[in-house]
Amino acid sequence: MSARPTVDQSALLPASLRDDFPILNGDVLAGHPLVFLDNAASTQRPRQVIDAISDVYQRDYANVHRGIHTLSERSTELYEQARENVRSFIGAKHAHEVIFTPGSTASINLVARSWGGENLRAGDEVLTTVMEHHSNLVPWQQIAAQTGAVLRHVPLTDDGRLDMGQFDALLCERTKLVAVASVSNTLGTINPIDEIARKAHAAGAVVLVDAAQSVPHMATDVQASDVDFLAFSGHKMLGPSGVGILYGKESHLDAMPPFLGGGSMINEVRLDSFTPAALPAKFEAGTPPIVPAIGMSAAVDYLNRVGLEAIHHHEQVLTQLAYDALAQIEGLRILGPAPEYRAGLISFAFERIHAHEFAQVLNDQFGVAVRAGHHCTQPLHALLGIPASTRASFYLYNRPEEIDRLIEGIAKVQSMFALKGRRRKRKQ
Amino acid sequence: MPSEEELYQEHVLDHYEDPFHRGTLAGATHAHEDKNPLCGDVVRIELKLDDSGKIEDLYFTGEGCVISQASASMLLEEIHGKTVDDLKAFSAADMLALYGPRLTPNRQKCCLLSWKVLQSAVHSPVAKGDQP
Repeated sequence: MSARPTVDQSALLPASLRDDFPILNGDVLAGHPLVFLDNAASTQRPRQVIDAISDVYQRDYANVHRGIHTLSERSTELYEQARENVRSFIGAKHAHEVIFTPGSTASINLVARSWGGENLRAGDEVLTTVMEHHSNLVPWQQIAAQTGAVLRHVPLTDDGRLDMGQFDALLCERTKLVAVASVSNTLGTINPIDEIARKAHAAGAVVLVDAAQSVPHMATDVQASDVDFLAFSGHKMLGPSGVGILYGKESHLDAMPPFLGGGSMINEVRLDSFTPAALPAKFEAGTPPIVPAIGMSAAVDYLNRVGLEAIHHHEQVLTQLAYDALAQIEGLRILGPAPEYRAGLISFAFERIHAHEFAQVLNDQFGVAVRAGHHCTQPLHALLGIPASTRASFYLYNRPEEIDRLIEGIAKVQSMFALKGRRRKRKQ
Repeated sequence: MPSEEELYQEHVLDHYEDPFHRGTLAGATHAHEDKNPLCGDVVRIELKLDDSGKIEDLYFTGEGCVISQASASMLLEEIHGKTVDDLKAFSAADMLALYGPRLTPNRQKCCLLSWKVLQSAVHSPVAKGDQP
């Protein structure tokens, strides 16, 4: 294998960023520095986020929107500042269009149950794609079963992009909603969300974008792309788990019935009836993820300081580097399109060696954390004709030397599991 | 020498590359198939039981990681010629011990897939018209 080309360090984010992440310099596996390439599953946190969480608990914590006492006021203020911070981060018009949920999955389920339950009728169509994460498939299957709506799926081109010709053909007057990922968590494909939204609106459909894999990695502007709903998670963008966002246009959220019932989401309750609260409380029943939301806001601050454009560029350099090295390995099949169409992740498969072997040996012998399995895209893996794949996904703290470790590890796996004419010991 | 912690000991790779009774069994009386939803490992086991409850013969097919496939080979070799009662007494802990190297909880699922399939297979008669 030829040595990789030298990377122009000025094209990358400064390596000193890594000092902000205690876990990267921790002692995870004896003898190996941690090479964390499982960022599409969940990222690590900088101390700025960890400190923000710890500070709230030590100084400011109480339940929000409930007490008159000082701590409740402080918590409420921090929680609402977090909402405003997220609003600005995604370019939403109003802070009350930003709903805190437990995560992307909960956000999509909220829309499927509330918007879908109200608007879908037998024979209506929901148009999604074959590359969706289970979280953007199963909620639509569930609401389709309840309403009699029909699911349609946009197929892929040979190189793993959405077949936009087929999208045009499938989009019709029966299509009530288009549900699509901005970036595929398995193929890495960046989908043309602006074009999809424009065409869907022209056909009279609303658009939900599963943005879990794009919001952390590239600039988002919901008004410019004109999407109706956008879902993403805090833990994939340096924030805590247990919090995510549903962005929805005010007009949609106002017209939708509440999803979960309980405290906070009401205006007035009688023994046999209630009236719902105004946005955003209408969709935040019960005690919300207070501290996770505040931690997510600290993550937004961190990402803003580094800059989303710079992060995206950094990941593109790493992705090109990894792609070029992986493409040279005989027998390795890269899933998804060329680097120009993809975000910072690469999944691959081998004819004979299972993804588990890669993940295990990369971890045990090289300290490299990757994902092995179907990455919650079983239908896509079935379509590709493979039971599982191995995924390396990058973020702002990854470095070219870490990709070298990945490539070294892959070579080791290949030699370990090469057929060698081994014979099992026969029992006497 | 590989340490006890080494997952891929030589005898594991030997079973992976040169498995015991990989294939289908003509005239099987019982069969079962299952998968590990986490990773897509699949194992199917076909076997022939005689009237006294002896497992006369058994074969497996499947695809998946080294651990799931090598452990299937080891299990079939171990159980070949034994009885349903012997199999019932052969616990999950016995299966992990037979495999050898210590496994993390997620990889234990890979190792125990064929064990679960076989425990079900002896209670899953093949319909007459459906024999392989």
